[in-house]
Amino acid sequence: MGREEVLQLEELAVKIRKSTLTCLSKVKAGHIGGSMSMVELMAVLYGKVMRIDPKKPQWVERDWLIVSKGHCGPAVYAALATKGYFKEDELLTVNQGGTSLPSHCDMNKTLGIDMSTGSLGQGMSSAIGIAWGHQYRNRDNYTYLILGDGECDEGQVWEGALFAPQQKLDHLIAFVDCNEKQLDGYTKEICDLGDLRKKFEEFGWDAQECEGHNVEKIVKAIERAKSVKGKPHMIILHTIKGKGCSFTENIYYNHHVKFSEVEYAQAMERLDEQLSTIREMEV
Amino acid sequence: MYRIVDKVVKEHKEMRVAFAEVMEEMSQEDDRIIYLDADLINSIGMTNYWNDHRDKAVNCGIQEANMIGVASGMSATGLIPFTHTFGTFASRRVMDQVFISAAYAKQNIKIIGSDPGITATLNGGTHMPLEDIGMMRCVPEVTIIEPTDSAMLRDILRKAKDAPGVFYIRLSRKKAEKIYEDGSTFEIGKIAEVRSGEDVTIIASGIMVAEAITAANALVNEGIKARVLNAYTIKPIDKDSIIKAAYETKAIVTAENHNILNGLGSAVAEVLAENCCCPLARIGVQDQFGEVGDLEYLKKTFKMRAVDIAQAAKKVIGCKYVD
Repeated sequence: MGREEVLQLEELAVKIRKSTLTCLSKVKAGHIGGSMSMVELMAVLYGKVMRIDPKKPQWVERDWLIVSKGHCGPAVYAALATKGYFKEDELLTVNQGGTSLPSHCDMNKTLGIDMSTGSLGQGMSSAIGIAWGHQYRNRDNYTYLILGDGECDEGQVWEGALFAPQQKLDHLIAFVDCNEKQLDGYTKEICDLGDLRKKFEEFGWDAQECEGHNVEKIVKAIERAKSVKGKPHMIILHTIKGKGCSFTENIYYNHHVKFSEVEYAQAMERLDEQLSTIREMEV
Repeated sequence: MYRIVDKVVKEHKEMRVAFAEVMEEMSQEDDRIIYLDADLINSIGMTNYWNDHRDKAVNCGIQEANMIGVASGMSATGLIPFTHTFGTFASRRVMDQVFISAAYAKQNIKIIGSDPGITATLNGGTHMPLEDIGMMRCVPEVTIIEPTDSAMLRDILRKAKDAPGVFYIRLSRKKAEKIYEDGSTFEIGKIAEVRSGEDVTIIASGIMVAEAITAANALVNEGIKARVLNAYTIKPIDKDSIIKAAYETKAIVTAENHNILNGLGSAVAEVLAENCCCPLARIGVQDQFGEVGDLEYLKKTFKMRAVDIAQAAKKVIGCKYVD
């Protein structure tokens, strides 16, 4: 990857961060922590990796994305808007009555959402079923899955973890957005997940770890995953909950956050500064 | 179009044999059909199918929740998954997966729950789904069907395959009492009239249809002509047939192999309460847990025999409203 492309993806990530906050700016509350920690992954998937056509959201041979941590819908909507699935203005309707952009991902309401999620653990199985369906039809498209690390408390994740290698689903690429926190605090203090990479490896996955806010490293991890045949892939992304949002990054309870107009303005200002810095580097 | 047999006798083939045969036929005709099981392939008689179709028959292991989720994902790619496990696990163990991944996501999966109610016999209370219909009734857009015999099963499975949406199909694995002639066809969402009569109506499902017919035969000796309706679709319930029965016979008994709470009896009671008044008695498990025993012992214990239905019929006849 050239430096220019890296900067473009970093710029896209900041734009997605801004749009994620825009999504929640009307109701001034939302699942900001987990949305912000997966922004670089969104930028990589929608900015470079995924084979998609926003004009044909139902194209069956597209790459599919299942966001099992469905409460992070706003980050996905922000990414979808940048690709033109719908107009940026629509982001302002998030979580308001009649919206097509509900807090949790809904495939029947939002263009570009490939599976309804929200009850944690379930996207794991849905993604496996989707990858299985494509493999059955001999399609070459990839199925991407995003889990939260707190979500890995769910037994269903580990049912799927056993099942997917048995089916040799090597076009399934999963990520754990490992921000080390869940709603009530640090995962280590609530239900310690131990070494997730080793656990998935033991379950038969091709597993690797990666800095989750480094777009270049995420791209490389995905490329490496694609080179391993016969196994599903797991990429543990080490991230920071609330990353890049000035009023969420350094607070303890940052799963679902309420914010003021002033906090919103300050956060957007900081992100604009980041954008300017990246653009200067691009020049 | 269905035809009723002249005499109700036990079928020669087990329901699971008919199930495996229809699955094989449909599989030959439609490559969208995928069969998933949670380590009960042998129990449902699908071992040959599994061996012959390893590419489209998936044993998920003992992972019912994952199975429903995987089936939902498969459906999203255009396939038609049929899942099987015992009714207890096909309903209460996977309720959230059925609700979110399947129904809320508007997927197209067919859930087979075997050993309905007391037909779990020797597996006992842990394995007796007496609440599965109740739970599924609360999930929007789910169709609930209980095939009565193998003639109905053969037709209904094909209809379920071709109808989009989530289906919950309650399937006895054992030999059923034969009610319908081979080749009969049925409409999803309708009730089938298996006996005409104007003094009282017995609305029954599953194994209770044969008991209802026996009860109706016994009532004839007492000068009572009982109508017997087979509510094989519990949701959506056939309101018109129930309202018609209420107006024409003015007394109703329901007979189900399920808790009387939230099952067929409740569905009928809701229709009656909202549309017309008519005395009602509900035969079924009276809000109790199941237990082990053979089928006859369990029918007697839970008061689900023809004699109990006949007694209830006479009671509701005695309660008819006077104009």
